[in-house]
Amino acid sequence: MVDISPDSVIFLKWGSITLNATIVYTWFVMGFLVFIAWLVTRRLSIEPPISRTQNLIETIVDYMRSQIRDITDDDPDIYLPFSGTLFLFIAVSNLLSIVPGFYPPTGSLYTTAGLAICVFFAVHIYGISKMGYISYFRRYMQPTVFMLPFNIIGELSRTLALAVRLFGNIMSGTMIVAMLLSITPFFVPVVMQVLGILIGLIQAYIFAILATVYIASATRVHQIKPQELIG
Amino acid sequence: MDSSMEMIAAVSIFTAGLTIAIGSIGPAIGESWALARALGAIAQQPDEANTITRTLFVGLAMVESTAIYCFVISIILIFANPFWNYAVAGG
Repeated sequence: MVDISPDSVIFLKWGSITLNATIVYTWFVMGFLVFIAWLVTRRLSIEPPISRTQNLIETIVDYMRSQIRDITDDDPDIYLPFSGTLFLFIAVSNLLSIVPGFYPPTGSLYTTAGLAICVFFAVHIYGISKMGYISYFRRYMQPTVFMLPFNIIGELSRTLALAVRLFGNIMSGTMIVAMLLSITPFFVPVVMQVLGILIGLIQAYIFAILATVYIASATRVHQIKPQELIG
Repeated sequence: MDSSMEMIAAVSIFTAGLTIAIGSIGPAIGESWALARALGAIAQQPDEANTITRTLFVGLAMVESTAIYCFVISIILIFANPFWNYAVAGG
């Protein structure tokens, strides 16, 4: 959309296939994540001493699992692959923005729209796999059938908001730095990049948490747990 | 550039600036109020800080939706303006 949007920086073009910077940097982030994962899981150990990277990754995964368990009141390992990957991908791609020459792929509306669409379908898939088709779609008519259009519009608008929130935050951060580089170089862009890192991490957290909250609200079935019956 | 194209450009830019300026006042005030309440709640119940923080983030995301809609309109007016594209195409 803008000059520095990664979609207009084209690396390769053959036939009708163009490789723009968004795709290349997405592949870079994917490769980076897989490489780190492979590096850490080569030699996993159970008792101390464990390597520092394993400790770090265990802390992150454990924190994500506890957050998901708090939100969904359910076994977190069902939702961990989806929410955890969202958080890791967005966080790493925002953090790597301080590497010179790297433009975060989440600063392109296409990437964030793709992630938001993934969340949209994930909500339906998790809901249907938990509750079955009929009771899942009956949810849209709560509390009355007249709420059906509002529920549908609400779903679509929150997907749009997910995409645009992440895109707007990251794109504006990088655009501010790029413009400040031409006005007051040396110190002020560094401060803005620090702010950009902070905002990037917060936005990654918000995206993953919102995805988990949407999934949790779709899969919440009012089950009576056996403990409640006894106590 | 004839005068109708000038007018389209001028009004679009002016409206884009106005949209985002006015549209971000309300959500900013609302979010800061919600944040103040959340801080008060954390001060009263420090044990629940995690739940309160998470609920705060989710609530902020909801409140921010209106600001996001205004941002989208601004961006459309500046970068994907259908009236400007029509005028440039020689309509």
